[in-house]
Amino acid sequence: MKPVTRLLALAAAAWLSLPLNAQTPRNGGELVFPVPSEPPSYDGHREETFGLIHPIAPFYNTLLRVDPNDKSGTKPAPSLAESWTASADGKTYTFKLRKGVKFHDGAELTSRDVKASYDKIIFPPPGVGSTRKGQYSDVAAVEAPDATTVVFKLKEPSGSFISSLLSPYNFIYKAEILAKDMNWYEKNIMGTGPFTFVEHVKGSHVVGKKNAAYWDKGKPYLDGFRAVFMRDSAAQVAAVRGERAHIQFRGFSPAERDSIVSTLGNKVTVQESPWDCILLVGINHQKKPFDDKRVRRALTLALDRHQASQALSRIAIVKAVAGVQVPGTPFATPPEELNKLAGYWKDAEKSRAEAKKLLKEAGVPEGFSFTFTNRGIPMPYEPLGVWLIDQWRRVGLNVKQEVVEAAAYFGTIRKGDAQVFMDFQCGYIVEPDLDMYKFLSTSRNPANYGRYEDPILDALYDKQSRATNPEERKRLVRAFEKRVLDDEAHYLMTLQWHRIIPHSAKVKGWTVTPSHYLNNTLDTVWLTQ
Amino acid sequence: MARYILKRLLAMIPTLLGVAILIFLLLRVVPGDVVEARFMTQGSQFLSQELMDIERKKLGLDQPMWQQFTTWMGGLARLDFGVSMWTGGAIGEEIKLRFALSLQLALMASTIATLLAIPLGILAAVKQDTWVDYTVRVFSIAGLATPSFWLGILMILTMLTVFKWVPPMVFTPFWVNPWENLAQLIWPALAVGYRYSAVGTRMMRSAMLEVLREDYIRTARAKGLWLKLILTRHALKNAILPVLTVISLEFAFLLGGLVVTEQVFNLNGLGMLFVEAISRRDYTLTQALVMLVATIFLLVNFFVDIAYAWLDPRIRYS
Repeated sequence: MKPVTRLLALAAAAWLSLPLNAQTPRNGGELVFPVPSEPPSYDGHREETFGLIHPIAPFYNTLLRVDPNDKSGTKPAPSLAESWTASADGKTYTFKLRKGVKFHDGAELTSRDVKASYDKIIFPPPGVGSTRKGQYSDVAAVEAPDATTVVFKLKEPSGSFISSLLSPYNFIYKAEILAKDMNWYEKNIMGTGPFTFVEHVKGSHVVGKKNAAYWDKGKPYLDGFRAVFMRDSAAQVAAVRGERAHIQFRGFSPAERDSIVSTLGNKVTVQESPWDCILLVGINHQKKPFDDKRVRRALTLALDRHQASQALSRIAIVKAVAGVQVPGTPFATPPEELNKLAGYWKDAEKSRAEAKKLLKEAGVPEGFSFTFTNRGIPMPYEPLGVWLIDQWRRVGLNVKQEVVEAAAYFGTIRKGDAQVFMDFQCGYIVEPDLDMYKFLSTSRNPANYGRYEDPILDALYDKQSRATNPEERKRLVRAFEKRVLDDEAHYLMTLQWHRIIPHSAKVKGWTVTPSHYLNNTLDTVWLTQ
Repeated sequence: MARYILKRLLAMIPTLLGVAILIFLLLRVVPGDVVEARFMTQGSQFLSQELMDIERKKLGLDQPMWQQFTTWMGGLARLDFGVSMWTGGAIGEEIKLRFALSLQLALMASTIATLLAIPLGILAAVKQDTWVDYTVRVFSIAGLATPSFWLGILMILTMLTVFKWVPPMVFTPFWVNPWENLAQLIWPALAVGYRYSAVGTRMMRSAMLEVLREDYIRTARAKGLWLKLILTRHALKNAILPVLTVISLEFAFLLGGLVVTEQVFNLNGLGMLFVEAISRRDYTLTQALVMLVATIFLLVNFFVDIAYAWLDPRIRYS
């Protein structure tokens, strides 16, 4: 072989051996994706649904973002802010904004826009709703000392403040518009994002086209995107199988994944991740005998989570055995430590014997009957409900299931009539402050339907929230986890949801994370053809 | 005839008023409201009562029921349906968007059903108890027994497996791109039309059999009239009345009742809008849709009555 030929062959071999993400992105094409839900309005500060994020996030930027290549979905990366610093006392954060960022109407972005957007989120004027106001209760003020500097002043140091700025909902709006009408963004779209708004046909689709003046030169790679609203999962599967759609960003069930893979073969790539959503079992502490922690511990000890993980992951969107943090993320308890908690033991028989003993000690008779209230959504409420009932029967409990229609569900359990019920939470980022807030005393969090007061638990939460040393925070998170899941068994975890994204192999530059709210700006996504 | 028409039109008013009261009350009896459906179903960690109160006030849900009712009735009197509690968009616009698709689908399905039902029903009656009759009966019973959404799923799977093709995902109006429009709507129209033709075929067959036994048909035959002429001029006009009722009412139903079929084919029609409005507790939109469907049913009934009177002169005199 001639030296030149050998060199070319080596170069070709080297190119072929490169990881897929390292290929040179190609410009052009329209990304088509079904969205299982439609946004009620366009205002990210007001809504709390992926139905808003998937079609609307590409029109906006946030101050910071989650690194689009980070599979754990927790690593902060610059977005409109190119750098940031924290003061020594941890109470002042200063952000330097990028220069040359333009809104889609051509106006230049300044710190005034960032301040106005965050003021709307944290200090909304009377009559304006902000879903995430409570998350920023530690923020004392947002200041804009000059055109490219934004300063957040905190009342207390916070271990989660930077993570809270990664929220994909915190779109940066134009201050001038907000000054005229705080509700303008509910019905209109105008941001600095990689795509500009073309149309929204209600009930049908949203179309965006490439923002040629985007500040991140060379991006986005796509000419545009088309988000098609599709409620029925069979229709979504058919769209991907029939290659009418490239990807669906929320997730499919294992059976749906298999059907797509069986049809498309090597034309499909499957990305999977633990999902930052979980069904919890809430126990009404005001109903006897569930006021007795021995009974609550028996309920968790009855569950064989390890066996369920194997069986249920074949039919439902659940998989990992988890504590209060998504497995594989920075604050998650390692499996060997987690398995020491009640209900996580590997020896299910020993666990159930302990459950029976506790029930007997608490004076709960064999065959004791109670009602388990479940939500009328098939996946994964139905299989998990069936599993729970079966597990509790194995320790001599007789459980009747009551299924309540989805829209009326939370109103029903909030009333406090339910005994044991399915509860749910989903986060945009894996972060202890967000994931553990659910378990605080009802007086602090009315969305804790377990109706208990636990000042020790609340204190642990506050301590970990203020801990700026990650190791110290980890220790406090573990202590919190042990108290809520084992010592007091206030709530029971089922299995972590499992996110399965089978997508066209043509789609590159997109990485699955534990949250279906992340990585939807689409600036890094490209199509091979 | 004019008096008859006026009487029928006036009779619609109390019916619509009754429907309005009933739907207004029924919606408020069902647990949950639009604010709960919007904010409590997403697993939100920081939801506050303050936010829920702000949103309820914005939507007028903090007002007493009688006030909500009179506001709505006032709007209805001016043909102003208000805005959707879920999207904040004008209800007229929300409905207009979906109406074109639902109307076209209903027309296509009704046409398919009529084109199948009338000739097959006549054929089965004329060829009673022959293999032709048995074939038509099997075909129509199969249609009755097959839910149209299931047939739709089979169609999609067959197209996907055999032709590696699925219908377009987004509705394109006929005048924009007829091919794209038909490529999307022909399949649900076939699935629904077949099911709906089965009812019509059986109705047509039995009505035709009854008419063919009448004395005037026997007389026509005795006169040596050509069979085709007897069927079209004498038998069909009398036998078609019950079939007309069935087809018309089914047409009204198709406009708002194709929920599952719309879901299977991902059609942005009135049926899906209806279900979404109910599941989101969007009171204003649900109320408007119920009133719309009730009006369509009443109008279809009205036109059927007029057609009856036109086809059978005895009716208008009674």
